[in-house]
Amino acid sequence: MPTLTINGMTVDVPQGTSILNAAKEVGVEIPHYCYHPKLSIAGNCRMCLVEVEKFPKLQTACSTVVTDGMVVRTDTDKVRKAVTGVLELMLIHHPIDCPICDQAGECGLQNYYMKFGLHKSRYALEDKIHKKKVQEIGGQIVLDAERCILCSRCVRFLEEVTGTRELHFFDRADHSEIAIFPGKPLSNNYTGNLADICPVGALTSKDFRFKCRVWFLKVFDSICTGCSKGCNVDAHHKGDILYRLKPRWNDAVNQAWMCDFGRLTYKAMNEARLLTPFVREEGARKVAAWGSLLPDVAFRLKAAADKGGPDRVAVIASPQSSNEELYLLRGLATSLLGTKNLAFTHRVAGDGFADDFLIQADKNPNSRGAVLLGIPGGAAFDALVSKIAGGGIDALLVFGDALGTLSEEETATLLAKVPFVAQVGTNEGPVSKAATAVLPSASVAERGGTFTNHAGRVQRFRFGFPPRGKARNPLEILLSLGNRLGAGWTFSGEASVFRALAESEAPFAGMSYDSIGMFGQEIKC
Amino acid sequence: MEKVLTTHFANERYRRLDTYRRYGGYEALKKAFAMTPEEIIDEVKKANLRGRGGAGFPAGVKWGFLPKDLSRPRVLVINADEGEPGTFKDRLIMSRGPHLLLEGIAISCFALRAHACWIYIRGEFAREAGIVDEAIAEAYAAGFLGKNILESGFDLDVTVHRGAGAYICGEETSLINSLEGKRGWPRLKPPFPASVGAFGLPTIVNNVETIADIPWIVTHGGETFAGLGVEKNGGTRLIGVSGAVNRPGVYELSAGVNLKEIIYHHAGGIRDGKALKAVIPGGSSTPVLRPDEIDVSYDIESMGKIGTMAGSGGVIVIPEGTCMVRSLSVLMNFYAHESCGQCTPCREGTGWLKKIVGRIEAGKGRQGDVELILDLCDNMMGRTICPLADAAVMPAQSFIWKFREEFDRHIGEQKCPYGNRF
Repeated sequence: MPTLTINGMTVDVPQGTSILNAAKEVGVEIPHYCYHPKLSIAGNCRMCLVEVEKFPKLQTACSTVVTDGMVVRTDTDKVRKAVTGVLELMLIHHPIDCPICDQAGECGLQNYYMKFGLHKSRYALEDKIHKKKVQEIGGQIVLDAERCILCSRCVRFLEEVTGTRELHFFDRADHSEIAIFPGKPLSNNYTGNLADICPVGALTSKDFRFKCRVWFLKVFDSICTGCSKGCNVDAHHKGDILYRLKPRWNDAVNQAWMCDFGRLTYKAMNEARLLTPFVREEGARKVAAWGSLLPDVAFRLKAAADKGGPDRVAVIASPQSSNEELYLLRGLATSLLGTKNLAFTHRVAGDGFADDFLIQADKNPNSRGAVLLGIPGGAAFDALVSKIAGGGIDALLVFGDALGTLSEEETATLLAKVPFVAQVGTNEGPVSKAATAVLPSASVAERGGTFTNHAGRVQRFRFGFPPRGKARNPLEILLSLGNRLGAGWTFSGEASVFRALAESEAPFAGMSYDSIGMFGQEIKC
Repeated sequence: MEKVLTTHFANERYRRLDTYRRYGGYEALKKAFAMTPEEIIDEVKKANLRGRGGAGFPAGVKWGFLPKDLSRPRVLVINADEGEPGTFKDRLIMSRGPHLLLEGIAISCFALRAHACWIYIRGEFAREAGIVDEAIAEAYAAGFLGKNILESGFDLDVTVHRGAGAYICGEETSLINSLEGKRGWPRLKPPFPASVGAFGLPTIVNNVETIADIPWIVTHGGETFAGLGVEKNGGTRLIGVSGAVNRPGVYELSAGVNLKEIIYHHAGGIRDGKALKAVIPGGSSTPVLRPDEIDVSYDIESMGKIGTMAGSGGVIVIPEGTCMVRSLSVLMNFYAHESCGQCTPCREGTGWLKKIVGRIEAGKGRQGDVELILDLCDNMMGRTICPLADAAVMPAQSFIWKFREEFDRHIGEQKCPYGNRF
């Protein structure tokens, strides 16, 4: 373990650590643009220059590996002048169109200018070199070559992470530009990450452009619901509207990346939401009140079970539900209603596409959790559908907005065979168009819980903001229904449900929200 | 004086293998095969042979940087991307004595235990590339290259690779990238080419002239070669003299020749009987000298002591009546055009220097522009991956330090006092 001194503070770091990372250990921030922890070292932005004893020239902290006894200073006049000098050179051709730039507020140039710059421009305005702005380059990305500082992060990402190499450097000297080859746009499923890693406003998200100033956004930890990978995400919202998802670093799952499909899953949480409970009477929707609807649903389920026997009642679970919700739902179905007709469906979205990086074929976040909790999917679901189609079910409780791959017509035909269908769902869809009673549910951003990803990693998603409209947390809906069916549940919040779950379910034994922490925890197999 | 390279260059046929052999060509290779690689390297170290590409690094020491284990194949790359303005000596070797280079390559590869060599020739040198290609074909046919050279059991393949016209590809790691088919960007070091170079293999990159000296060193011994020069600077150098002299051209002179003697004796003095105004001593990147500074030995150490460099041996002579601002402007245009664009200080700084110097020359200079240039130079010098930024800064700083009054006059009078002429 080499020991080095940075600004007079001594620190031990593992062999092979760069000065830049060693400095982080002692809380010294070294400015940088081209360095990205998940990409190779380029060393070309020259912002991270530091003084190293016995070296005549300033060294780049990102590429210089610490040796024992090294003495580094980042706070000398020489270093400050160098950093300011490099920053000035980066800014001479920059258009300073911050008022119309999406990056404003989270821009490396703005941040470092406030810290190290604050100089008046010495560059003649008429000397500015203009490059092409607003270039459509494919994927989720818009390129503004004029704002680019040519740090090469995007080029390295496309070379080292996706291996697709669409962006390259063209031309030379101060006419250098990042660009695609003519007619060869970005063509990979991870283009959104380019906007994340671009330290300036050169690569911005087509989806997020001009939607919201970033300083209005609040952030909470979430999990992407787009597939069973369970990529850790930061969800950005203003009030009850989600604006974007960005990958949250988790080396065990998604490193620093997420796919383009997952990145847009937030839209469903804003659009076509079920916002009020309603019932369908003679084909027409009639707004209902939670206070009367919940007892009514509980009563109808119970009545059907009492009348025709538990086998005439069925529950369809959703792999979009959390472990906690599935745990209570299983209890409701098997213990309270006493039925064996319990299976989970899978969402229609997606075509089963998968790759060898992040994208999984299963487009649900918690199929593994459902299976671990003893709720079957697949064939059991198909069998249940057959049973419903044969008129064998009198009352049905459905979680989720669609039934497998059934179309709207097929769903309507199927559900028409059931006298009473209650749905707990987030969005308008085939089920809400056919159900007898619709109980609007909070989206993943509006509640907390855990998902178990494809590899058996249990990860928490957090409450971001209260449910929109009159939607309710599905956990509350389940508690309310369960207690009306005589459960006597005294849970309060998802953490208490998880405690009970961890006590009774072997794969989750010994787990708690504390042990799951920020980055999740693998189940015991 | 004894000459190492150019003795037979006047003979147009010397580029042909038969003529080259008539003058003892490839005898050094035979001698080398009777030696061990270590003995050859030892002779090169004794020869005090300094790299002729510009940096002047001791060749024997550089060869010693190759990793000791032989598990990975080694590569020799010849830097024939002679692009430094004012330098035109390697071109002469390739066009007049290509077999000197090839024999040097064969001996060097044997000493380095390398079985592959690429000659990276500047794109503009189409004619020279053709000559070298012909020479390679002759050498293969005669068994001086290829499999089992001269029954020694040693195999060597030599390939010409032509550049595409970028000055930066003369920088060794940039050259390696270009050779590999990548964009010609200098690489971050470490790793150095000796451990990870061309195609990931241990690589030595040497200048044409450096390698062309090797046969003579093997034939006559390292100490004899060292004796042709001065302490720490063995042998002779090819010095290209250009500008306002009576006899511009390439001169092979002792590595310790006096700079004033180069200009006034060998190159015949200043044209049209004019007085000397300035000398750029070692290629356009090296700091300029005033007439009172040129009575100095041209060896690397002596030039370093007076704050400049012998560089790549390109002496540019500037006569009285030349506008120094205009001259600097020409140089700044060159570097702004040739910066590869990788590092911020060079990419943006060279262009800015070009614009400031350009406006001063055009009579639009502003108060404080000279200070701005010096401050900008300070922000560029030593701040980049490769020395291209330094190469632009050194002339800019030295022109101002030594000819400040001309810059001030341009700004004060808002015009070029020389009427914009050279």
